[in-house]
Amino acid sequence: MKELEFPFDSKTLLRKRKGLKKQLLADGSARIHKKIAVLGGSTTNDIISMTELFLLNNGIEPEFYQSEYNKFYEDAVFGNPELDSFAPDIIFIHTTSRNLTLLPESPAESPEDIQAKLEDQFGIFKQIWVSLMEKFSCPIIQNNFELSLFRRTGNYDGWGYSGTAAFINRLNVMFSDYARNNNGFYINDINYLSSVLSLTEWHDPEAWYLYKHAVRMSCIPDLAFSVASIIKSVYGKNKKVIDLDMDNTLWGGVIGDDGQEGIEIGPETAVGQSFSEFQQFLKGYKNYGVLLAVCSKNDEENALLGLEHPSSVLRKDDFVSIKANWDPKDRNIADSASELNLGIDSFVFVDDNPAEIAIVNGQLPQVSTVELTSVDQAMYCLSRGGYFEVTSVSADDLKRSEMYAANAQRAAQQKSFGSYTDYLLSLEMTAAITDFLPVYRQRITQLTNKSNQFNCTTRRFTESEIEEIGNNDSYIRLCGQLSDKFGDNGIVSVVIGNISGDQLNIDLWLMSCRVLKRDMELAMLDELVRQAKERGVNRINGYYYKTAKNNMVSELYGSFGFELDEKCENGDSVWHLDINTYTNKNHVIKVKENCNE
Amino acid sequence: MNKNDVIARLNEVFRDVFGDDSITVNASTTAADIDDWDSIEHINLMEAVEQEFGLRFKMREVSGMKNVGEMIDIICERGTK
Repeated sequence: MKELEFPFDSKTLLRKRKGLKKQLLADGSARIHKKIAVLGGSTTNDIISMTELFLLNNGIEPEFYQSEYNKFYEDAVFGNPELDSFAPDIIFIHTTSRNLTLLPESPAESPEDIQAKLEDQFGIFKQIWVSLMEKFSCPIIQNNFELSLFRRTGNYDGWGYSGTAAFINRLNVMFSDYARNNNGFYINDINYLSSVLSLTEWHDPEAWYLYKHAVRMSCIPDLAFSVASIIKSVYGKNKKVIDLDMDNTLWGGVIGDDGQEGIEIGPETAVGQSFSEFQQFLKGYKNYGVLLAVCSKNDEENALLGLEHPSSVLRKDDFVSIKANWDPKDRNIADSASELNLGIDSFVFVDDNPAEIAIVNGQLPQVSTVELTSVDQAMYCLSRGGYFEVTSVSADDLKRSEMYAANAQRAAQQKSFGSYTDYLLSLEMTAAITDFLPVYRQRITQLTNKSNQFNCTTRRFTESEIEEIGNNDSYIRLCGQLSDKFGDNGIVSVVIGNISGDQLNIDLWLMSCRVLKRDMELAMLDELVRQAKERGVNRINGYYYKTAKNNMVSELYGSFGFELDEKCENGDSVWHLDINTYTNKNHVIKVKENCNE
Repeated sequence: MNKNDVIARLNEVFRDVFGDDSITVNASTTAADIDDWDSIEHINLMEAVEQEFGLRFKMREVSGMKNVGEMIDIICERGTK
C-alpha cells in the first residue's frame, strides 16, 4: 500500500488507521506471524497500532504483548507470567529520556559521582536486556535517548559534566557499544529521529502530562516506521536492488541528445556536483550488499557512454543488470528480476519522470518507487525509506555484487558448451560442507530468514536458535559453501535434520537461488545421507510446506528419489527415502573433506 | 465557522477514528454513546480533531469536555481551518 511507504502522511495514517488495517487484512496477501512484546516507559498504544500497519504492509502479521504503563523494568527483570506464556519472537523496549532516573542535578556533584550515575543508569538497562535475553533469547530492539527540549544552562548543558544533554549523549554511546558487542540487539535511533523531525516537533510536554505520551502524536508514525524497518530487516524483508533510470537521474541532461560531453556530472557545475554526490551515495550501498541496476530508455551504446564519462563515479561493472532499451520499464524490471533470480518485490526503482514512476506503480505494485525531484530529496527518501535497514553485516554482503557479476560470466560461458553437464564440469566447482561453525551462524540465520523460493519448510530461525541447534546432538546440520573458477558464492545452502530413532526428519532444506541448477543440492544430499548412515539412520523423511513463493521445490524430494507418502489438499507433501541402498548423486562438484576442522 | 459545517466535518473525523461509517454525532453525543470511545481512543480523537480544524485544545479542555457540543463550541471559537 503506497500510503504506508515513505514519505507517508502521518496525519492521515493516524486518523484512518482502523480503516487501513481492515484494508490490509482483507488484501489476501500471505504474511508471516510474529509475536512482538512492547515494554514501554510511556503509553505505547498508538506506537503499537502504527507499527502494526507498517508490518502488515511488509508481509508480517504481528501479535502484540504490551506491558502495563511504565512496567518495562518489572516485566523484564522480575518476569510476568503473561509475558512468559506469550513467548515473544522479538521485544521492543520503548523508553525515552522521560525514563532516565539518575540525571545529574547540580554542578556540586563531582565528575566521579556523575560517572557513577551514568554507569548505574546504564546498569539498569543492561539488567533488563540480560534478563530478557536469558529468558527469551530473541532479538531486542531498544530506543536510545532523545535530547531534552529544555537546556537550563544553555550550551553548557551539552558539554559540562552536570549537563543533561552531555549525560544523554554519553549514555547513547554506551548503548551503541552494547549493540555492537551483542548479536540480536538493535538500537532504534530516536536520537536521530527526534533531530531530523526537530526536537520542537518531537516533544509535546502536554501530551506527557495528559496521556503519558513521551513523543508527540504526529511523530509516532515515524517512530513506528523505524521500529517496523528494523523488524522487517531482522526477518529478511529488506529490498535488494536499486534500479536506476539514467538521464536526469544519474547525470544531468539526456545523453542521447546532449552527447557524452554535454551531460552534467562532475565538479564543473553545481548540477554536475549534485549528481556526483548521488552516484557516490549509491555506490556506497554496494558495500552493504545492495545491488545496483539500470533501467533506462536509451540506446545501450549511449547508456554505456554515460557511464564512461571521465567524471562518472559509477562504472558499467558497478551494475549487476543494465537494461537500456525502449521497452516499457515495468517489463525491464521484471526481466532483471528473473535474470537475477530475485523477487520483483526486492526492487526499489528510482526515476525523475513521474510518468515512469506511475507506470511501475500501476503494473508492479510490489516494486517500491522513489521519484527523484532533486538529488538530495532522492537520497533522503532512499535512506529514510527503510528499504535497506542494516541489522547485520556479513562477509557475504561485502561481496554480493561481485558474486552476481560472476553469475553473468557463467551465463556467457554456458552458451559455448554442448551439454549442460560439460558446462557444469567446466565451472570447476568446489564445495565445503560443514557443521554450523560459529563464524557462519550469522549468515546461516540470515539465509533462514531471507530464502523464500528454494526453501522446503520456510522455517525461520533466530541466531540463538541456530546456536542451540548447533549444540544439540540430535541434529545433523549442514552448511554448504560453493566456489568455482569465477568466484566464491559463499554459504549458499543450509540443511537441518532431526534424528528420531532410526529416522531423520528434515526440518529445513534451503538454498540460495544464486546457485540454482548447479547440483549443489545433490552434494548436500550425499553428505546428509553419509552422516545419517553413520548415525544409524535408515530412513529420511522430507517435508514440503507450500507457500506463495516456494513452488520451485514442490517436487525436490521426488527429484531426489524420495517416495511420496502423503499429499495434502493445501499443497503440502510428505516424502521418505530408505537410505541403505543410496548411491551418491553429485558428479560435478568436488567436495572438500574434513572441513570442520 | 458555521456550526453545521463543523458538525459535518466532525462526523467524518469520528467515522475515521472509530472505523465505523454508521456513526452520526450531534451536540449532545457523549463518550457513552460510542462503544470504542475510551481514554485511549480519546487521545486519537483529540489529535484528529486538532489536525482537522487547525487548533490546539488546552489541557483542561481535553480532560473536561462533557459532550460533542462543547467540542463544537471550542472549534467555532478557535478553529483556523
